[in-house]
Amino acid sequence: MKCAELLFSGQKVHHVTLPSQSEPCEYHQKKVLLFLLEKCIKTKFKQAINAVLLRPGILVLINDADWELMGELDYQIQDKDNIVFISTLHGG
Amino acid sequence: MDQEVCSLKALLKDKEEEISALKNKLAQLEQGHASVLKLHDKVTPIRPLTVKTALSNEDIMRYSRQLLLPELGVKGQLNLAKTSVLIVGCGGLGCPLAQYLAAAGIGRLGLLDYDEVELSNLHRQVLHGEENQGQAKALSAAGSVKRLNSTVECIPYHLQLTPENALQLIQQYDIVADCSDNVPSRYLVNDACVLSGKPLVSASALRLEGQLTVYNYQGGPCYRCLYPVPPPPETVTNCSDGGVLGVVPGVMGCFQALEVLKLASGLSSSCSPQLLMFDAQNLRFRSIRLRPKQADCAVCGDNPSVTRLVDYEAFCGSAATDKCRKLNLLSKGQRISVQEYKSIVDTSVPHLLLDVRPLVEVDICHLPISLNIPLSGLEERRSEDIRLLQERISQLKQQMAGDGQPAVYVICKLGNDSQKAVQVLEKMSGSEVESIAVKDICGGLMAWAMNVDPTFPQY
Repeated sequence: MKCAELLFSGQKVHHVTLPSQSEPCEYHQKKVLLFLLEKCIKTKFKQAINAVLLRPGILVLINDADWELMGELDYQIQDKDNIVFISTLHGG
Repeated sequence: MDQEVCSLKALLKDKEEEISALKNKLAQLEQGHASVLKLHDKVTPIRPLTVKTALSNEDIMRYSRQLLLPELGVKGQLNLAKTSVLIVGCGGLGCPLAQYLAAAGIGRLGLLDYDEVELSNLHRQVLHGEENQGQAKALSAAGSVKRLNSTVECIPYHLQLTPENALQLIQQYDIVADCSDNVPSRYLVNDACVLSGKPLVSASALRLEGQLTVYNYQGGPCYRCLYPVPPPPETVTNCSDGGVLGVVPGVMGCFQALEVLKLASGLSSSCSPQLLMFDAQNLRFRSIRLRPKQADCAVCGDNPSVTRLVDYEAFCGSAATDKCRKLNLLSKGQRISVQEYKSIVDTSVPHLLLDVRPLVEVDICHLPISLNIPLSGLEERRSEDIRLLQERISQLKQQMAGDGQPAVYVICKLGNDSQKAVQVLEKMSGSEVESIAVKDICGGLMAWAMNVDPTFPQY
């Protein structure tokens, strides 16, 4: 699997401020993911959307936990949350 | 002159093969004398391990430093001696893993690899030496392990793990370590472990990153729970394409050894399922809490649909090897051989040679007349790359004095990326750049080195 950061213009870490909403601490996960992608990806936008939301072999982590443990798309994102996309490695 | 060099090179290659075959035979004979190291080319039943009830004086001396650990102690050491471990893949991960398990006094090691030792393996596959080139990796690894600890029973398997032989083999071992290098093997090993109820200690490494997880252990998830669907083959990078720093699989193989030793000795492994990630660039470890076993998992779930091993190459859409895939994207008319390109160079036909490899590979070696624009630059229409291309094409056109379309030949390492580049360039031709005649050079620079210029480096 190509390293996930290659889809994000080679940059490993992105700091993102979410747009303010009526209820500040409650963002719908899916919106946030799309927002992150829009914010962080300068090129290959479609490819990256597929990569993160649809492509098999990528784990989404929220604060060092598998997002499956956090309710996946239902998780309400909090301030200072750390979201990481990991691509599985297969080499040996 | 060139022909003479080529024929000498071919002769030398024949002789080298002969030498390595002889070395192989000699090594087998020598090792056959020292102990019983027979290279297995198929799976056969093995006798159960003899159970040690007490440590000998020699054992006590050899293992004294770890016997002093209350967490291990004599009981743990005896547990190690009665455990058998199957190592799938004797490469960058399998070598340090086998080494530490043998040093620690594991009872039996099954060492499986279908490949032979190559020069490009030695920077990371540290059980093999220069003299082992051409030898079966399983045998080379077994020889090194035996030199380290002759009391460990080693069974080298020179074969490919397949849906037909995997269950029979894995059933004979207590713990399985996945040190393979490709996606189909990872699913195959996982399913075989689930079906035969064996814990799977799995690691992987690429470039400057490594990952480690223990699957199918104490009700935890299996590989498929995490990755129910294999990744699209074109998104998978292997070590021969993406590169790997030798110490990275070294570190991960050592972690695998640690987890196997904990499982084998009775020291419980880290309780909740986790994924350990190693970022060598920033020297950082990250430990990820993983989902539990999934009720809807295709192989370990409540109603499994996979109840016997299937065709994993078809399931994953790729071959069970880390060798590069050969793409076939173009028609015959769009490609020329390296020999044909050689005659174009020799007869000084005006043309542009475009090398589409990444810069890091161009730095290793390139043909002097080539222009380097990486495939990604073409695909993304990077403005400085396109400008450079336009410039070079108009120069060529002037040189040709308006005589038909300028000829562009595209080359890369093996002839896969160059085909993609030809497709991109054909779309650009006549609009983004002047109208050009583009052709792919079949087999790339490695074919050039093999068939035209034996002094050109291979990597």
